[in-house]
Amino acid sequence: MISQLSWKIGGQQGEGVESTDRIFSTALNRLGYYLYGYRHFSSRIKGGHTNNKIRISTTPMRAISDDLDILVAFDQESIDLNAHELRSGGVVVADAKFNPTLPEGIDARLFAVPITSIAEELGTSLMKNMVASGASWALLGLPLEVFNKAVEEEFGRKGAAIVEKNVEAVKRGSEYVLELAGGPLEDFRLEEADGKQKLFAIGNENIGLGCIAAGCRLMSAYPITPASEIMEYLIKKLPKFGGTVVQTEDEIAAATMAIGANYAGVRTMTASAGPGLSLMMEAIGLAGMTETPLVIVDTQRGGPSTGLPTKQEQSDLNAMVYGTHGEIPKIVIAPASIEDCFYDTVEAFNLSEQYQVPVIIMTDLQLSLGKQSCEELDYDQIRIERGKLVKEAPEIEEKALFQRYELTADGVSPRVLPGVKHGIHHVTGVEHDETGRPSENARNRQLMMDKRLGKLAKLEIRDALRVDAPHEAPELLIIGMGSTGGTIDEARARLEKGGRKTNHITIRQIHPFPTDLLTPYLERAERVLVIENNATAQLANQIKMHAGHGEKIRNLLKYDGTPFLPSEVYQACKELN
Amino acid sequence: MATFKEFRNNVKPNWCPGCGDFSIQAAIQRAAANVGLEPENLAVVSGIGCSGRISGYIHAYGLHGIHGRALPIAQGVKLANRELTVVASGGDGDGFAIGMGHTVHAIRRNMDITYIVMDNQIYGLTKGQTSPRSAEGFKTKSTPEGSIESVLSPLEIAMSAGATFVAQSFSSDLKQLTALIEAGINHKGFSLINVFSPCVTFNKVNTYDWFKENIVKLEEFPDYDPTNRIAAMTKIMETGGLLTGLIYHNQTRKPYEELVSGFRPEGLAKQELQLSRDEFEQLTAEFK
Repeated sequence: MISQLSWKIGGQQGEGVESTDRIFSTALNRLGYYLYGYRHFSSRIKGGHTNNKIRISTTPMRAISDDLDILVAFDQESIDLNAHELRSGGVVVADAKFNPTLPEGIDARLFAVPITSIAEELGTSLMKNMVASGASWALLGLPLEVFNKAVEEEFGRKGAAIVEKNVEAVKRGSEYVLELAGGPLEDFRLEEADGKQKLFAIGNENIGLGCIAAGCRLMSAYPITPASEIMEYLIKKLPKFGGTVVQTEDEIAAATMAIGANYAGVRTMTASAGPGLSLMMEAIGLAGMTETPLVIVDTQRGGPSTGLPTKQEQSDLNAMVYGTHGEIPKIVIAPASIEDCFYDTVEAFNLSEQYQVPVIIMTDLQLSLGKQSCEELDYDQIRIERGKLVKEAPEIEEKALFQRYELTADGVSPRVLPGVKHGIHHVTGVEHDETGRPSENARNRQLMMDKRLGKLAKLEIRDALRVDAPHEAPELLIIGMGSTGGTIDEARARLEKGGRKTNHITIRQIHPFPTDLLTPYLERAERVLVIENNATAQLANQIKMHAGHGEKIRNLLKYDGTPFLPSEVYQACKELN
Repeated sequence: MATFKEFRNNVKPNWCPGCGDFSIQAAIQRAAANVGLEPENLAVVSGIGCSGRISGYIHAYGLHGIHGRALPIAQGVKLANRELTVVASGGDGDGFAIGMGHTVHAIRRNMDITYIVMDNQIYGLTKGQTSPRSAEGFKTKSTPEGSIESVLSPLEIAMSAGATFVAQSFSSDLKQLTALIEAGINHKGFSLINVFSPCVTFNKVNTYDWFKENIVKLEEFPDYDPTNRIAAMTKIMETGGLLTGLIYHNQTRKPYEELVSGFRPEGLAKQELQLSRDEFEQLTAEFK
């Protein structure tokens, strides 16, 4: 019996790779296994090699595996491109149609299943995915009823006849491969999972869910990879709660529309990736200057310019922290798990209203799009805090204005919504006085700058650092952010086994930088390795600038478009001096 | 009910003496009173430029945003609280140069907003450069040999973008302008009101006298039918865009807010934010 396994399906984009993976993994999730997925895809719709890899485990697992146990291939290219990942004794299930062969030197068992012919016999080659996933399922010797239920749900709305045909396709694929293999593969038999109910989602879906839970009822956005799933999720869900999504003409409109809507009292967000974030910069400044709440999600992808639009990178950190001209208060938070995607989104809306500042939620492609198991989300942790928003304004003299930018001890002023009597005030991106009226007075300017920039002086979000530090004085402290945490955990476990005392910290509050929280850990570590998916060590530079200890800090950088593998992190740590 | 005086505040505009924008400000205040608004139920959103300052000169909720983006901000305000009356305003540079993309799409979207453009055919606040509304050959600081780009016709663009209310006026004609703004506010959908607003400092060609000589008033054509799209387009072209009055009015198309699935009549801003436990569990069940 084994406790984990890696499975990959490859083919041409648009050929059913996605749906095969979806049904296969949904069924596994129902059995209580922990799953972690990775999508390799290109910026095109039909054609071009694509593959989905999924890690199946009986315990929580948040990283791609170094190797591969089972490869399902719709074409020879999928074998040629991926066979090198197969571990010795691995399995390839391939469509007999293309007379599959294994590259030289690959030690694997090849099962050629007439995937296309079976599907065509049953009526349409579209059912290839069912034949292939059925064959995979059978090799693992898992209960067929659970799989068939997932098939029923996938096709239920298309009618009983379609469901029946697909179930038949699963059966035929399964029977064929079992005959070839002489029954389920004993060396691939998974231990039973814990059976705990889990969600199975991508980060973007959990962000969408977080928006709804936070009371966000409006999204204005422009489509972009890898952010669009947030928009697609909210388009489906918001109408049930009276809200809507507006697909704007560009990201400038998306951000400014969100500002207008937040000003008028609806929790509104937008989501984008690098190019869109660049277009939003002036609007972010307006939100900062007018102290209007605004939540933006930046799902980082490979930059610069169009860069690698479907690949992993963490290179927008500087843009998020420093973007927009002049100086404004701004919060940048980086969820580091699928669960964080939900809870941090709820918190982002609260922070944005409590401090009246723009909040950027920083994810990366792997966190946004990698489908994975998620612990049940806790309804009781959802809090909606609107800060100093007032429903009514005290009666004032005729033509007097509400003191929207009143100078207060904490720098946050009462906020009132249009429509409220006696609440009239002016809002402008021009420097202004306490009523919002333009003012170039030098003293006022200084007071207002200090008020705005002082608002976040004491900010500390939930788990600003996620700390796994069992050692008082570790030989090595590894620091990362975003989706890399699970990979680092795995590498760290291997290092500990080898006797290397290693701590691990994930920085979740990117800006304002949690200097005081991090400093003691830096002080006590012999050596610090900062791991990030970019070429210029943006996170490491933040650490050095705010907390010092540059002499201890080393970098592990990867910017080839692929996420870190546990073995790469392990190797880098081992070789570190 | 509020009178136009209640829409005045004590701020002295920083416009040049004689600027057309003064009359537009007065017309908005009069129209707001005439349609029965209270100051707190009016939101004026403006862009950047001389005209952009208008949101600070009217006693109402005012938002002075960034250059060219008055319309997306105004649409956000309207979506958040459809019970508010939303007026967006700015200059020809704001709406037809840097913000042209938003103008066309705001027209297509057709939210119930009134957009008043103060069109002086030049950039005033930056001291006299060419605008998309400057005529060919027009000499400015940025076109010392005369503009070599063709002049943009916002009315034709609005018509082809599917506008449901297109009007044009002249700042000197306070009566017509006020009536058109009232009609625009009352129109259920997006209304574009382009207003010739002479820049007395930098535009020595398109002066008050020049407009008086060249403008054709639609009220001089008793048979003109503003519901006829082809006639509207023809009239705009025949007059070279130098016409005033209600040019086109389509009352059959519903505004965006009425077409959004699930959108409720009361403002979104007034709705409950917290999900019930049941609602939350239904949402998470889809991921199992």
